[in-house]
This record gives sequence, structure tokens and C-alpha cells, in this order.
Amino acid sequence: MIEVVNVNKSFASNQVLDNVSTKFETGKVNMIIGQSGQGKSVLAKCIVGLHEVDSGSVLYDGRDFSAMENHDRREIRKEIGMLFQGSALFDSMTVEQNVMFPLSMFTKMTKKEMQHRADFCLDRVNLLGKNKLLPAECSGGMQKRIAIARAISMKPKYLFCDEPNSGLDPMTSIVIDNLIREITYEFYITTVVISHDMNSVIEIGDNIIFIYKGQNWWSGDKKSIIQTENPEINNFVYASEFMKDIKASMQKKV
Amino acid sequence: MAAIKEISINLALRMKILSNIGKYFLMLSVVFTRPEKMKIFRRRLFQEVQNIGINSIPIVALLSTFMGGVIALQTAANMTSPLLPEYTIGYITRSSTILEFSPTIISLILAGKIGSNVASEIGTMRVTEQIDALEIMGVNSLNYLVLPKIIGAILFFPIMLIFSIGLSLIGGWLSLLMANLSNTETYIFGLRSFFFTGDIGYALVKSIVFGFVIVTVSSFYGYYTKGGALDVGKSSTQAVVISSVVILICNFFLTQMMLL
Ligand SMILES: Nc1ncnc2c1ncn2[C@@H]1O[C@H](COP(=O)(O)OP(=O)(O)OP(=O)(O)O)[C@@H](O)[C@H]1O
Ligand SMILES: [Mg+2]
Repeated sequence: MIEVVNVNKSFASNQVLDNVSTKFETGKVNMIIGQSGQGKSVLAKCIVGLHEVDSGSVLYDGRDFSAMENHDRREIRKEIGMLFQGSALFDSMTVEQNVMFPLSMFTKMTKKEMQHRADFCLDRVNLLGKNKLLPAECSGGMQKRIAIARAISMKPKYLFCDEPNSGLDPMTSIVIDNLIREITYEFYITTVVISHDMNSVIEIGDNIIFIYKGQNWWSGDKKSIIQTENPEINNFVYASEFMKDIKASMQKKV
Repeated sequence: MAAIKEISINLALRMKILSNIGKYFLMLSVVFTRPEKMKIFRRRLFQEVQNIGINSIPIVALLSTFMGGVIALQTAANMTSPLLPEYTIGYITRSSTILEFSPTIISLILAGKIGSNVASEIGTMRVTEQIDALEIMGVNSLNYLVLPKIIGAILFFPIMLIFSIGLSLIGGWLSLLMANLSNTETYIFGLRSFFFTGDIGYALVKSIVFGFVIVTVSSFYGYYTKGGALDVGKSSTQAVVISSVVILICNFFLTQMMLL
């Protein structure tokens, strides 16, 4: 479980996070949703320590991460897998080398074992056979999937995905969503997914928090998000005609 | 009012320089830690020797040969007094090559080549979040990226120095022969006269210091790049300018310390 307690973060005079507190449960897909520019990515980066919080704390299963020195943080980070919004693949390495990189750095696996693990991870994102390509030779959606394969290669205890399915077609999106859900349940890990995509929210969101103006504006699960009367949520959830129709048809059934 | 504004700008600039120097040494303290895995470090070192070293050989070779040639020609052309013996040409070519040309001028040229290369490589990794990705995995990104570059430079720069001195002396010899200004025997006699072995040591120390400066200063500007692709370009320009300036300053003090 990851606990976020009263986290504040400003860039110069721009207060991005305003006293955010929340809990991300183990064995569940925890979703952070919200409009563009509301501080979702900054929240995730504060949690993993890429941004220093101004005040507040972050606890990984009770371990106070924000109070640690860099050296101790690295030990926790070895248990973290993260998918960045921009993929962040190492562009001097091939697809396979990207996925094997954390393995070669932190495990005593032989070349063969690493290869095996890389193939397994690439297979899960439907990329087996693209091992020798360079990231620059892959499409944006492929890069995303490679980054997911890299994030899960170390069997992380905590998995962060910043917009895992932006830039993917609906089919691949569903594959990725299912993958995230599967590994969360299968390995009983703490997964945090940032998303705009209402489809995935409804599909895989066990716990949902809605970030608005840098605050934890609303939290709940997927049932309550459909039914809530909170106007900001409704604006967000029912931004499209399609979702409005769904709501109307659901209300008819009731 | 204008004066106050100027003073405050001046002060801000000085604070910035001071804080950058502090940040630079802090960076070095993170760089110099034990690598996570020796095997990976060796692989990275190999890459960097290739990248920083081997890839610089052509330009060093070209420059050294031609500069050696020019130094010899200039000396010969300026020796109008009949009192100066002909072997002075060899002597001066050797001295200027060992003392200044090969360690300093070549380092300045390499500051342009290696500096921009290192800063833009690391800067690009910064703005595309690759450095963040390393950190998230639990890798000490400074140690992983920069230490192999430093060790690579420290290993390579002395080799480059010897290579450059050799080619430069050969360049001088060839140019004299081609212009018919001297002969092989006199030139070699000049090269060997008043030879002081300490000079080579002095040049080696210089080249190691300059190699270290180029790589660390450029890594610094690359690593702390903020923003996007445009800022990577700016960092890489800054890396070249600042490492050249630092080389010149170090050169001054090293010369003072070691030759006087
Ligand atoms: N490194 C930074 N320096 C300064 N300001 C930043 C930085 N990163 C983010 N911000 C600011 O923080 C705010 C929130 O940005 P953030 O990236 O968290 O948005 P987001 O919710 O992830 O949006 P999106 O859905 O578009 O990715 C923005 O106003 C942005 O300008
Ligand atoms: Mg974002």
C-alpha cells in the first residue's frame, strides 16, 4: 500500500498540488484521473521522488520514502516499475536491451535467463519478434508497449503507469488494460494508473481519485463515479455524447 | 537607479556562478561512487573509450600533422638572423608542441567535439525523461552515465597527447623537407637538444586535467538541462564555452605551478 499524506508541491508561484492525501491499495488498480494540466503527472512524480515534495510525506508499506536519503530511496525504487507519459526508452539500445536493462543491472540472471524474461514480457505486450529494433524505428504505440514491458520486467511491487493507452488504438488499449489488471491481481502488486480514458476507468479502475485544481477532489470506485452528482466529475465523465447516452440509458433501466 | 540595477544583476550573476560551482562539486560527489555492477561499468567504459577516444583520433591526427608543419615553417621563416643555428627549428617545434600545442590547443578543439557530444547526449536523455527512467529503476544515473566518461577521458587523453606530439613532429619534419628549409639530420638534432623529460610529464598532467574538465563540465550542463530540444542545444553550446574557459584558466595556473 502506498500512502500519500498532505502533499504540497509548487513550481515557483504555481501551486500544482494542494494538500493531496490518498491511499493506493495493494492488489488493486488505483486510478488517478482528471483533466489535462491538473497535476496528475506531478503527483505521480512526487510519489516516486522525481520531484521533491514541498511538504507532506509518501509511505511505501509504512516506509517513509520522502524522509529517506537518495541511497535508501534507490532500494525502494528497485521495487518500482514506471511507465512514463513519453515512454522514456533508452534510444541507444534495442527493444530487447531496453527490457533487459534493469535485469542486467540488478539481478544475477544469465544472458539466457534475461533473454527468456525479455521475450516473455514482450510477448505480453504483443511485441515478440521486434526484439532487435531500435526505439526510433518503432511507432509511438509500440514504444509505449515496450516501456510497459520494461516496467514489468523486474516484477515490481509497485507499478506506475502514466497514460498507458494514450496514442493506442481501442483494441491495443484493451490489451494493455487487461495486461495491467492481470499483473496487478496475479502478482498482488500496488498499481497506480493515470488516465483520461473513461473506457479504461470503467474497465479496470478499482479505486479512483479525481484530481482537480491540484486537490484530491473526489475519490471512490467505478460504480460511484457513474452515479455521483459532483458537477466537476460529471463534466469530466460525461464530456462525450457517447457517455451521456450511456448515462441516459442506464437511468432508463433504473 | 540604473546603477543599483546593474549591481543587483552583477550580484545575481555571481551568485549563479557560485551556486553552479557548488552544484558541480556535489555532482562529482555522486558520480564518484562504486558502480552497481562492474560488468556493466566495463561495458560502458568500452563504449565511452570508443565514443570519446577512438572517434576523436582522425581530427587529432589531422590537426596535429598540419599544426606541426605550420610551426616548423613559421619558425624557419622567422629565423632571419644568421647567428641562430638551423637546428633551432627542431628545438622550437618540439618545445611548442610538447608544452602548449598538443596538450592545450588539441584539448580546446576536443572541448568543441567531445563537449557538445557529451552535453547533447546527456541533455537529450534528460529532456526525454530517460534519466528519470534510470533513477526510477534505482540506478545512480550520474554514476552510470558520467563515471565511464571520466575514466575513459583520463585513459584516453594521455594516449592522444603522445599520438599528437608524434604526428606534429612528423608534420614539422615533412613540411621542412617539402619546403627545402632544412634536412632530416639537423631537424632531429634540434628535436633532441636541451631535452627535458619533465616536460612530457607536465604535458601529461595537463592533458589529464583538461580531459577531466571537458567531460565533467559538459556532463554537468547536459545533466541539468531543463526544458526541451532547444535547451539541449543551449546546454551544449554552454558546455563548449565553459569547458574552454575552464581549460584556459587551468592552463594558466598549471603553467605557473609547474614551469616556474
Ligand atoms: N517541471 C515542471 N516545472 C514547472 N511546472 C511544471 C513542471 N511539470 C509540470 N508543471 C506544471 O504543473 C501543472 C500540472 O502538470 P501535469 O504534468 O501534472 O499535468 P497532467 O495532469 O499530467 O496533465 P496531462 O493529462 O496533460 O498529462 C501544469 O500546470 C504544468 O505547467
Ligand atoms: Mg500527465
